[in-house]
Amino acid sequence: MSKDTDVAIRVSNVFKSFKLPHEKQSTVKGLFLNAFNGKRTYEKQEVLKGVNLEIKKGEFVGIVGRNGSGKSTLLKLMAGIYSPDAGSVEVEGQLTPFIELGVGFSPDLTGRENVFLNGALLGFNRDEMNKMYDGIVEFAELSNFMDQKLKNYSSGMQVRLAFSIAIRARSDILVLDEVLAVGDSAFQQKCYDYFGSLKQKNVTVVLVTHDMSAVEKFCEKAILIESGKVVKTGNSLEVADAYRALFNDQIEAQNRLDNDRKKQDKNDSESLINLNSIKLSQNNRTTTLIKALKPFSVELSFDSSEEIENAVIGLNIVNSQNLILVVTSIGAKGDNYRIKKGKNTVKINIEENIYNDDSYYINLAIAKKENANEKLLYKQQQIHKFSIKGINKHKHSITHPKYSVEIE
Amino acid sequence: MKHIFSKKNRALLAELVRTDFKLRYQGSVLGYAWSLLKPLLMFGILYVVFVKFIRLGGDIPNFPIYLLFGIVTWNFFSEITTLGLMSVVGRGDLIRKIRIPRWIIILSSSITGLINLGLNLMVVLVFVLFANIDLLKTSIYVPFYLLEIYIFALGVSLILSAAYVKYRDISYIWEVLMQAGFYLTPILYPLSLIANENIQKLVLINPIAQAMQDARYALVTPATTTLKSLFGGPVIYLVPIGIVTLTLVGGVLYFKKEAKYFAENL
Repeated sequence: MSKDTDVAIRVSNVFKSFKLPHEKQSTVKGLFLNAFNGKRTYEKQEVLKGVNLEIKKGEFVGIVGRNGSGKSTLLKLMAGIYSPDAGSVEVEGQLTPFIELGVGFSPDLTGRENVFLNGALLGFNRDEMNKMYDGIVEFAELSNFMDQKLKNYSSGMQVRLAFSIAIRARSDILVLDEVLAVGDSAFQQKCYDYFGSLKQKNVTVVLVTHDMSAVEKFCEKAILIESGKVVKTGNSLEVADAYRALFNDQIEAQNRLDNDRKKQDKNDSESLINLNSIKLSQNNRTTTLIKALKPFSVELSFDSSEEIENAVIGLNIVNSQNLILVVTSIGAKGDNYRIKKGKNTVKINIEENIYNDDSYYINLAIAKKENANEKLLYKQQQIHKFSIKGINKHKHSITHPKYSVEIE
Repeated sequence: MKHIFSKKNRALLAELVRTDFKLRYQGSVLGYAWSLLKPLLMFGILYVVFVKFIRLGGDIPNFPIYLLFGIVTWNFFSEITTLGLMSVVGRGDLIRKIRIPRWIIILSSSITGLINLGLNLMVVLVFVLFANIDLLKTSIYVPFYLLEIYIFALGVSLILSAAYVKYRDISYIWEVLMQAGFYLTPILYPLSLIANENIQKLVLINPIAQAMQDARYALVTPATTTLKSLFGGPVIYLVPIGIVTLTLVGGVLYFKKEAKYFAENL
């Protein structure tokens, strides 16, 4: 670890298995009986099978995977709660895990006493806690309840109290497990705001979650775990897609079928057009994560087996609810757009990007004008997915045009 | 090693002890006073039974105080080991969900034992003053003997608490062993009541009995039979001290080995 000082967590070839006794041997009698019988009374469940990953300092990384894929085990290994059977976990810097909010809360202590206990578990001494105490109580909005026992709190109050202590943790690395799974939407918004502030502070964060929208929103990088192995690492959008794909096997198969059928249709007609790529870029950088309110471009690259006169390209952008937000066309009206034989590249610049944070898809159609009709040469729905991020407000609106106000 | 008592760990330890203490007499009317009442009531019973009914005291001066001090030392050992035994399992919630040094849990329960010892000793001291016992010069050695018991109790707690995670019968076994220990240690009776000298020797080899007798000798009365007086020399002390050292070292090693798997075995 001395070489790469920018690495915060390095997991090298980690294996972890648990012994699952068929009948739990927690009596000495059982131990002796089985020692003499030599019976194997447990099943070995391999949870992690050679996990390698690196998390750099200041990164916001999501770990996603299905239930039982081993992601929580991985997280506990990172946190040092479990020890690996083989391999190593190296952590550079101070790490605080949040596997649950309010760990160590005792129902028989008052709110105030619990704050101090929980603070100590997070590594604060009494002086530090005394300084922070008022802030914590204020943030939790519980000033009138601090001298009541915790058992008289509602669960929402407990979570609020725990959360407002938790966000005081000033570690280099935070490891969060499904913290967002609790609480109402107002609480989740608080969590999101907190994550936003963490990003600014350059804290390394590892988030284990099922909430892909949180992953897409906050994580730069994500890691997909499936059956104890890392199956995909990279851009959070791509990993989130891969995660969804795990659940969409059926839909996927259906899509493939559809595609095949489409291809067949295409073959039947004329397989003139062969799409090579669709690239989105912003500030001359190719990306699938577009910054809100900044112009971006869509670049199409396709091959044509012959020259096509009077061609039309229609490229639409739809949002996650499949509402069409942008319709662009090339050669639609009287103008003659000619597709060259061989490679063609077309770039469409979206100069006014007024769209809200969401996932978007590109629909593409290419046709040829023949007299009054158009003959479809290529058509594909949702061929490319991308996201726009950065508005962070007015979630219910679709667009955010610039506006001004005049008041008389 | 240097960060074992880092500021952070000390703060955590203090908070855990404080919590233990607050939760201990939660909901009771007399609260902390029970810490003092318990040994007093126990003493009252034993005094009536063993001093008034069955006259065990024999030739030992201040036998009631001798008795009380013995009970206090025994309770000290018994409390630390019993609390220690349960501590890791009892704090399973913390172990499974956050990273805290595991040994802090054992240490915090042992400190609870130390605090109770302190309170009990105050009761003993009051009696000592009332009985007009000359606070012998030897009484400065008392803390060393108590330290010996403390270290022994700590070593035993480390082994028990780690084993209890895996085998839950340990608590019942320990209960029986403590019961046996209570009668095999000359707490209620003077050692001279055992006729066979070899058995006397065997009984005193036990580090708790040895430390208890020496502490009584130092604080209450020089009429106490100690290991030294029984064997006629100090060399024999190597045995109980050896037992204590081995228990602690073995306890630390075993605990360290097992601590890695607490989270998954709990």
